[in-house]
Formats: sequence, structure tokens, C-alpha cells
Amino acid sequence: MSRPHQITAGFMPLLDSALLVAAKEKGFAESEALDLSLVRETSWANIRDRLAVGHFQVAHMLAPMPIACNLGLTPLASRTIAPMALGLGGNAVTVSNDLWAQMEAHGARPDLDPLAAGSALRAVVAERVRSGHGLLRFAVVHPHSGHNYELRYWLAACDIDPDRDSEIVILPPPLMADALRSGSIDGYCVGEPWNTAAVMLGSGRIATVKAAIWRSSPEKVLGVQAQWAETNPDALAALLRAIYRAALWCADRANREELAALLAGPRYIDRPVDWMMPALTGDICVGNREIVSIQDFFVPLAKAATFPWKSHALWFYTQMVRWGQIRHDKSNEAIARDTYRPDIYRATLEALGVALPGANAKVEGALKTETPVGSAGASLTLGPDGFFEGALFDPDRIDAYIAAQARRKTS
Amino acid sequence: MASRSLAILVIDENRIRASIIEAGLRETGHDKITVVHDITGIARTIAEVNPDVIVIDLENPNRDMLENMFQLSRAVKRPIAMFVDRSDRASIEAAVEAGVSAYVVDGLKQERVKPILDMAISRFNAFSRLARELEEVRSELENRKLIERAKGILMKSRGLSEEAAYALLRKTAMNQNRRIADIAQSLVTAAGLLGPGEDQ
Repeated sequence: MSRPHQITAGFMPLLDSALLVAAKEKGFAESEALDLSLVRETSWANIRDRLAVGHFQVAHMLAPMPIACNLGLTPLASRTIAPMALGLGGNAVTVSNDLWAQMEAHGARPDLDPLAAGSALRAVVAERVRSGHGLLRFAVVHPHSGHNYELRYWLAACDIDPDRDSEIVILPPPLMADALRSGSIDGYCVGEPWNTAAVMLGSGRIATVKAAIWRSSPEKVLGVQAQWAETNPDALAALLRAIYRAALWCADRANREELAALLAGPRYIDRPVDWMMPALTGDICVGNREIVSIQDFFVPLAKAATFPWKSHALWFYTQMVRWGQIRHDKSNEAIARDTYRPDIYRATLEALGVALPGANAKVEGALKTETPVGSAGASLTLGPDGFFEGALFDPDRIDAYIAAQARRKTS
Repeated sequence: MASRSLAILVIDENRIRASIIEAGLRETGHDKITVVHDITGIARTIAEVNPDVIVIDLENPNRDMLENMFQLSRAVKRPIAMFVDRSDRASIEAAVEAGVSAYVVDGLKQERVKPILDMAISRFNAFSRLARELEEVRSELENRKLIERAKGILMKSRGLSEEAAYALLRKTAMNQNRRIADIAQSLVTAAGLLGPGEDQ
């Protein structure tokens, strides 16, 4: 047997590192003759830098991050591709107990409904303006993150201008619950277990979840240093197979407790096992012992959860444009589209008999129910994949989408 | 030298390392140095100091926040846009390797920045070396203390001489293929469990 491929992957202590952790700990990488090392990092900037200098070949990455790297939006970016996603959903919006009380007075309910919570929040914002209180301050983990874009999308769709009516700051996930408790922020959007952390510590309430703002939406991807991918196609293919098998394992209900224990371990998230369970079971404790079941809160496998949809890349790109991070033109759009590489995913996983979607992009929000889709061989169902307020994103009509959002923001 | 001296901001939660870097910068003739250990209120500090170069350790979880601040550049008068010259791959690698990162005001000449980064890299490396050596000395000292206590237990409970007690520890370690300090640790723990007055 040939020598194993050595791969070092950077990751952040978040629940959606699950696929990488399982690939290593459950032997899926090893059986692909991969010597996979996982290195925990303290910032996304470190992950980007260490990928650029070659310490890491691949990394657990915020789904918009490889696009931002390729668009030159960050320092020291190297050409990065996303040949695989690491699951769907997994984030939530947590607010302070104080803000929740104000929202409740305006009709917010503990059911995680984004529309009701958003309307209540809008009323709170209006009241604060009238009474001369300062802007609400929300935290997200990174400017180029699903968290930033989905928080802003939710606020804007509820007629709250994220820049005029609130302030959005950047904080590392493990510090969010403390910042909420100390009152330096009023709320945040982050991945698990850092929402559950605030609930368990009694410092906040979960107001809504990513899986309700945009069902079946992308969150993390496997970011791969492009040059390494080009020179090591076999190692990359082996890694994708290992991660896919890890996704199968993570999706099996029978493995939930073992997965929770793995993730809670000192080398990974290093927090209590109880904190891992809500995201894995979908039984979200929103505060005050109230549980709301969100079946597809975090989806590791079903609904083509590891498929790197071009329409996901392009939606993130439209949000970069929307919030002034980049100017829209055809070459930037092409860079975003080319960052996600379903071609590599297909070529690698077809041989395993994995159910593959028929197309590389879809109209986001088109599927209102779970829908069987034409795929090569095996069966596959997609959706529902809707935005909470009913909007559609058609990746073939980007100009119109961007123009409509630009109008909305200024109205 | 005609050119104005550079304002340098060092952000490092580790006070010792920060002061080692500060000393290094002062030795090389830089006098406009601000050292910050706590990220709280960093926007104001940056606005006041108006730094040309920011040096930050890679362990700091707030790098994402800092970078975002530079990009918004509301707090910062001039855009701070780059790490070091992108073409200088070797020094980028050396910096990441050493655990330090630097942000530099756009347009600043590389020959002015490079000595600062080089100095930071060598001081970071020196600090890691020191920390490692200190850790080795500390654990060596602790091992010796453990072995002393284990010897004492054996001398007392089995009436052995000091030399015989040590020989027994060494033989047991060799037989079990373990370190003497580990055997000593087990013995001390066991003695603590078995009876009061043995060791405490």
C-alpha cells in the first residue's frame, strides 16, 4: 500500500466541525489512507493565513469565506475552492433577556418564527428611537459569514435597516454569551453551541434560527487551497469520500450521543455534552426550559447537504454587493460562481453511488415542500428551501435580484 | 534619518512577550510604541495612536474583529490593508510560523516595515524558546520533588536507605517501561489514598 496522504485541516470550535471531527475520530479518513490532523484555531483570520502559507491544506470555513478570499476582500488571501459543503443550517439568533422582554411586549413568541420576532424587534427599535435610547448592538462572527448575511437579511426583510437602525460588530463565538451577559451587546447570530451556551447560562433567549430564516441554507464549507487541490487530486478525492462517509455517520440518530461526546471533548469544542445535543436533535431550548422542535436545524447529510451549490455561492455574492463589500460586475460574479466546485464533488462521489442533484444551481426558495429530484441513480429529495418572507433567488437573474435589494435598502 | 518615525501598536495579551517586543523595538530606534494587552476599547486606542504598523499575536481570538475594523476604517483614519508585502512569501511564512501577524498602513514602503516584522518574528521565536525551556525546567523540578517524596515514603514504610529506595524506584520503572517520575507519582498518589500521615 502506498504511503498515506498527510492532510492538516484547520477548524473552529463549532458544532458544524462535526463532519471533519467524525472523519478523523471514526476512522473514515484512515480507511481512505489519509493521515488527517485537525488543528483548532482561535480566529477565521488564522485559518485563512495558515491555509495561505501552507500549514493547512484544507479547512472548516465560513461558506462565503473562500469567495471573499478569491475576490481579494481580505488580507493574505490565497486562491481557495469549495468542493464540498459541511452541512446545512446550524445557526441561531440569540438576544439578551432584557431585549427579549421588550420584544415579548410587542408580540414575540417563543416559537422561533422569524416574522413574528422580526416585527416585535422592529417595534422595539421604533420605541428606542422615540425614547432616545441608543442603537441595538448585534454581534456576528465575521463580516464574510452566513451569520452576518442572514442576520442582515432577516432585519432588512422586517424593515429594520441593519446599518441605520442597529450596529453590527464582530466577536469570536466563545465570547458572545459573556458579551451578552455584560450588556455590551443586545444580541448575536452565531453557530452552535454558542446560542445554547447563553440559554444554559441564563444570559439570553434564542429568538429565531437560520433554519427558519432560510430553510436548507448553507453554512460551512470545506475550503481547499486551490494549488494543493490541483497537485493532489487523489488526496482531495479521498478526503471528500471520508467526509461523505462521516456525514452518513453523523446523520444516523443512533450515533448522536457518541457524536455529542466527541465534539464536547477537550480537543474540539471543550464544553459540556448537554450543550451539543439541541443542535443534533433539533430540540432547541429557547430559554426558560421551553423547547421548540426544529427538525432541520442542522442537516449533515439529507437534502444534498454536502453539495456545493453554485446558487449558494451566488447568493452570498449578492449579499456582499448588497452590503457594500464589493462592486457588482460580471467578472466578480464569475469569481464567486467558480469558487464552488460541484464538478469535483460529482466526479468524486458519483463512484460511491451517492445521489447527486441533476443541476449545479437551483432557484432558492422554489421548493415549498420536500421534493424528489431527478438524480443519477439513487433517490434524493430536496427542500423545503424557502426564505421566510417568501422571496425567491434565481441565480440566472442576479442583476434583477441585486437591483431589487438595492431599492429596498434605500426605501 | 529624515523620515518620520513610525507609530507602532503592539497588541498582545501576554505581558511578558509584549514587553520583550517593545524592548526590541526601542533598541532598534523606534520610540513611538504603544502596547495594549486588552482589546476592550481598541477602536479608540487606534484612533488616538493612529498607528503605521500594528503587531498582534495569532493566539488572539479578536483578529477577525480587528480586521473588520480596519476594513470599515471608520475608527482608523487611513486604511490598513495588508499583512506584509505579498511578494515576500518567506517572511509571511516566518511570521505565521512564529505566531505573529502585522497590519501595515497601505503605501508604506516595505524597507521601512520589514525590519519591524523581522524583529517581532525573532522576539516571538525567542519567547517561545524561553517558555519551552522554562516549562522543561519547571517539570524537571517537579519530577525531582516527586521522586524525593516517593523515596521518603519507601524509606519510612519499608525501612530502606535513601539509595535503596531510589534503586527500587528505578528498577520498577525499568521493568514497567515507564519513567521514574511516573512511578514516583503513582506511589505518592497511592500513599495519599492508603493512609493519613504517610506523606502529608
